[in-house]
Amino acid sequence: MDLTVGPNFFFWEAETIRSFYRDLAATPVARVALGELVCSKRLPFWRDEIPAAIEVLQAAGKEVALTTLALLTLRRERKITADLMDLDLPVEVNDLSALVQIPEGRPFWVGPLVNVYNEGTLRWLIRRDARRICLPPELTLDSVAVLAGAGRDEGVPVEVWGHGRLPLAISARCYHARLHDRAKDSCQFVCGKDPDGRDVDTMDGQQFLTVNGVQTLSQSTASMALKIDDLHSAGVAALRLSPQSRNFDDICIAYASRLGGETSGAALAARLRPLVPGGNLSDGFLSGPAGAAWSGERMGKPN
Amino acid sequence: MMELVCPAGTPAALRAAVEAGAHAVYCGFADETNARNFPGLNFTPEDMAEAVAFAHARGAKVLVAINTFPRAGAEPLWHRALANAEAAGADAVILADIGLLAHAAERHPLLRRHLSVQAAAANPDAINLYANAFGVRRVVLPRVLTVQEIAAINREIDVETEVFVFGGLCVMAEGRCSLSSYATGKSPNMNGVCSPASHVAYSEEGGELAARLGGFTIHRTPEGEPAPYPTLCKGCFSSDGQTGHIFEDPVSLDATQLIPELARAGASALKIEGRQRSRAYVAQVVRTFRAAVEAQAAGQPMPENMLARLTEGQKATIGAYAKTWR
Amino acid sequence: MTAPLPRLPRPLRLAALPLPLPPLSLFLGAVTRRMSKSHPEMIRRLGDYAGHRFLIDPVDLPWLLLLHPANATMTAHRRARPPAHDARIAGSLSAFLAMMHGAEDGDALFFSRDLSVEGDTAAVLALRNAVDDAELDLTEEVAALSGPLAAPLRGLLGGAERATGLTLHRMTRLDDFA
Repeated sequence: MDLTVGPNFFFWEAETIRSFYRDLAATPVARVALGELVCSKRLPFWRDEIPAAIEVLQAAGKEVALTTLALLTLRRERKITADLMDLDLPVEVNDLSALVQIPEGRPFWVGPLVNVYNEGTLRWLIRRDARRICLPPELTLDSVAVLAGAGRDEGVPVEVWGHGRLPLAISARCYHARLHDRAKDSCQFVCGKDPDGRDVDTMDGQQFLTVNGVQTLSQSTASMALKIDDLHSAGVAALRLSPQSRNFDDICIAYASRLGGETSGAALAARLRPLVPGGNLSDGFLSGPAGAAWSGERMGKPN
Repeated sequence: MMELVCPAGTPAALRAAVEAGAHAVYCGFADETNARNFPGLNFTPEDMAEAVAFAHARGAKVLVAINTFPRAGAEPLWHRALANAEAAGADAVILADIGLLAHAAERHPLLRRHLSVQAAAANPDAINLYANAFGVRRVVLPRVLTVQEIAAINREIDVETEVFVFGGLCVMAEGRCSLSSYATGKSPNMNGVCSPASHVAYSEEGGELAARLGGFTIHRTPEGEPAPYPTLCKGCFSSDGQTGHIFEDPVSLDATQLIPELARAGASALKIEGRQRSRAYVAQVVRTFRAAVEAQAAGQPMPENMLARLTEGQKATIGAYAKTWR
Repeated sequence: MTAPLPRLPRPLRLAALPLPLPPLSLFLGAVTRRMSKSHPEMIRRLGDYAGHRFLIDPVDLPWLLLLHPANATMTAHRRARPPAHDARIAGSLSAFLAMMHGAEDGDALFFSRDLSVEGDTAAVLALRNAVDDAELDLTEEVAALSGPLAAPLRGLLGGAERATGLTLHRMTRLDDFA
């Protein structure tokens, strides 16, 4: 198993992005998917950083892919998707409709926001030229094992969500703007104020969700720290680590250390907890009872 | 006349819908193959065959929803549902999963395929992809499109469109939402339930009714106020000092007044949400909307809303059909 | 706005007070057994929930009713001593009868708080769906138990329905929904 870094979900400034990818190039991750996944309105502010990021990552021997948006609705977003084909890089599809822009025979990746729940769907995508598939975070270990096995039979690596606030839902409505009493059209880019999203708690003060523009995330950070052996047995090819605004390099190095057998799952979890926003870890999608659950000892803030 | 597509959670509700004037009814089998897999609801294969016979004798169609995403290693359950729907004489199946669509197109080519709203096909490219790859003949459009967007979509596709006019609103891209399974372990995609009753707990606390889902507090309702079911995205939450319905208010959709515009936008069919509702709900709602589509066909104005008591939170909205919703 | 649900008239409520429980339980048991027999699909629909104990709490009557579908029993209990149960549904008698007979939608009754639920919510949902599909008719079930008295009893129940506003028989398409 190795490490993939997924696209950053949040709206960061250009300089932040520049130093993020420069620092990431020095970490032991195998490949990076990057690009704007959440909101096309953000692109003009940081798209100029993309060529430099690709260059610095490739120079460090990392494979790079470009992601589509997660929810394609507007006409102009078709052109944004088409433009991704210009560079000679794999495209990661996070909205199925982007497939119509990918010519037959041109390989692509399938991201975690596409519904790949069973062998039939997996095989259809592979026949259509998918070369790498990241499964939806919601899947149980049993399903992961079946799909990783089916992928291996077809020679296609299957990844799972390894670290990061979980993408739980996406909408045409911008919840960040709504919290500031605005609509998506006149949002004034308020999502830029929250580099790891804006927290949403229950009325009883339970830490619950996080809003990031049109996306709803978990407030807890999912981590497969305690599940590495299970995932390895299941035939998973890589863990996907999702960017957060701080400590991400340390996080990548910590996971690499675990994959290399240099540390235990419990030690990794203990290392991660103070490094993630909000300090709560979860892994309940994989082995129950619910996504928010954590299979290890619960320490820190009560949920 | 626009086709009125009506929900049937039980055989009794199906009979009520047909007798109230439904052109088509949609229903599911009593297992996780459909997205309303609630206790006590839905049809056995025998129920389904009887229901189809009943509906066909009265000139109505039956559409069978097999719209969850088959579980890895358990695809035969969904394949059997397709076979049972065809054997019962269903007029169409409503599907969302790529693997299942491919299987249906290959093994049941004569069984009409509709695309469920759970496929979240929100643009012409998505719809054409499903139409070309799997021979889908109709698509149920997500509830988050404006009337203008619906008109634009219809200009670029050849398949029929079916749009929601009444009932519960889903504010996230459907079939791509894991909010429910984050809190409870059960999701609409995998298990056919959202915010399942099995994980709901009500508790009277200090003059308020607290409604919790999977242990997370979704609503606190003072004595005497209407008590919404704790559907996760309709909850009352707080963020950085603000408290309210961060995602959506617990209101439901009533787009009666927009029926003429939806017709002009090219929609072929109107869908009423509510398979989990009683036969009383179904009879009243279907009767009202049948009158509305007849009025529409005759060029007459839409009837005034008489359905306030049945809508969630007892308030209605035209939802995303108006652009300001975003 | 539709008219509010009728509350049981005072004289009827007072008349109900001293009714001894054992005969009441016998009567309810007989009706429940009959309903079970004539609607086997209702028990099937309940699935695992058929073995649950449902406490029906008609707030305008002095008793609680415990329903055990698998055993086809319904027993009456004094309000002061509620029996062990898996779920409790509370509401006015008219709300229960309206829901049972398809005159009112169960969800609407919960929104408006004419009915409330405690305990196993999924079990209550299963019961509600099973009862809704079964298209029960209290008048017919009681009449079926009454042999030669069936016809006059139907008339009496019809009169009671008109006088009290309670729904005592199954609503069909021929009836006028509120």
